[in-house]
Amino acid sequence: MSDNGVQNSVRLSSEEQRRRRTRSVVLALILGGLVAFFYIITVAKLGSNVLNRPL
Amino acid sequence: MTVSERIEAGKTAAGTEWVAAEAGDYIALLKPRVMSLVVFTAFVGLVIAPLTLHPVLALASLVAIAVGAGASGALNMWYDADIDAVMRRTAARPIPAGRIEPGEALAIGIGLSVGAVAILGLIANWVAAGLLALTIAFYAVVYTMWLKRWTSQNIVIGGAAGAMPPVIGWAAATGQVTVESLVLFTIIFLWTPPHFWALSLYRSDDYRAAGVPMLPVVRGVAATKRQILAYAVVLAIAGMLPAVIGMATPVYALIAAVLGAVFVALAVQVWRMADDDPQMLPARRLFRFSLLYLFMLFAVLLVEQGLDRVAVLAG
Repeated sequence: MSDNGVQNSVRLSSEEQRRRRTRSVVLALILGGLVAFFYIITVAKLGSNVLNRPL
Repeated sequence: MTVSERIEAGKTAAGTEWVAAEAGDYIALLKPRVMSLVVFTAFVGLVIAPLTLHPVLALASLVAIAVGAGASGALNMWYDADIDAVMRRTAARPIPAGRIEPGEALAIGIGLSVGAVAILGLIANWVAAGLLALTIAFYAVVYTMWLKRWTSQNIVIGGAAGAMPPVIGWAAATGQVTVESLVLFTIIFLWTPPHFWALSLYRSDDYRAAGVPMLPVVRGVAATKRQILAYAVVLAIAGMLPAVIGMATPVYALIAAVLGAVFVALAVQVWRMADDDPQMLPARRLFRFSLLYLFMLFAVLLVEQGLDRVAVLAG
């Protein structure tokens, strides 16, 4: 906290904000990619057994 | 300086000016060029193995091996940031340039290592996963932390890590380490010293400034040239081994013989080069050709296997 009670914070320049936005988008794509990756390898690993379950 | 003082002053833990990282910096941290060679050689090991993996699982295994290689690169950059900052070739890497914090690189390296080994174990088998873990540990601990700063034989012994991808690929398909996969290991293992020593001949000032005991720095240019020639001759012979043990055809043997002869001829040119040659063009030529040599040998093995599979399907 600063003297006047306003919390100190780092002010990012527009270039830094752009870089942060790009990092966020790439991170979101990686997380989405991981979801798809785990889904696909699970189906591939189970193979035809994916249908072999009690109804 | 406390962490808050450091952040206030816009400094990274390495003492450099803090600069916001681009997404590309995180890719650079994983050494994509090294990764591409790892993926290619692992792919060849996986495809020419006698047992086949489900195509999706094979692709996923390659992703895991690539991520494991990237994790090794991140751990290497974390530990070597002080050396990288001194050398022209590596000064712009994300940690010495102040775009990624060393601790962040360490966390990424460890996190990706654990993830890559676990995923490879779950989708392929635990033999391949164990080999991947061993390779990452060997590269990050034995080579980076110990050998690199200690002995001029650093890349000879450390080259074992770079030679492992085809063995891991083969193990991912078969669950075994066999003579065939060890032959692929031997080729890359013998290829590594002449490849890196050719580079270190014309970058020796960089290595000297950074205090890395590369062969030209410790033993001199003449000794390095002799060693390059000796390794080139042994490599040219080892390059023929796949045909000798029956995992490749005489066509491969012919191509390997021609490529090996060119490799030796270029090593002879390096050997004849003056020790104080300012350009060291023969060393640059050998470095470039060595990349082509390894790519071609593995590509021929891959094509032969592909033709075999087509022949089986057709007939």
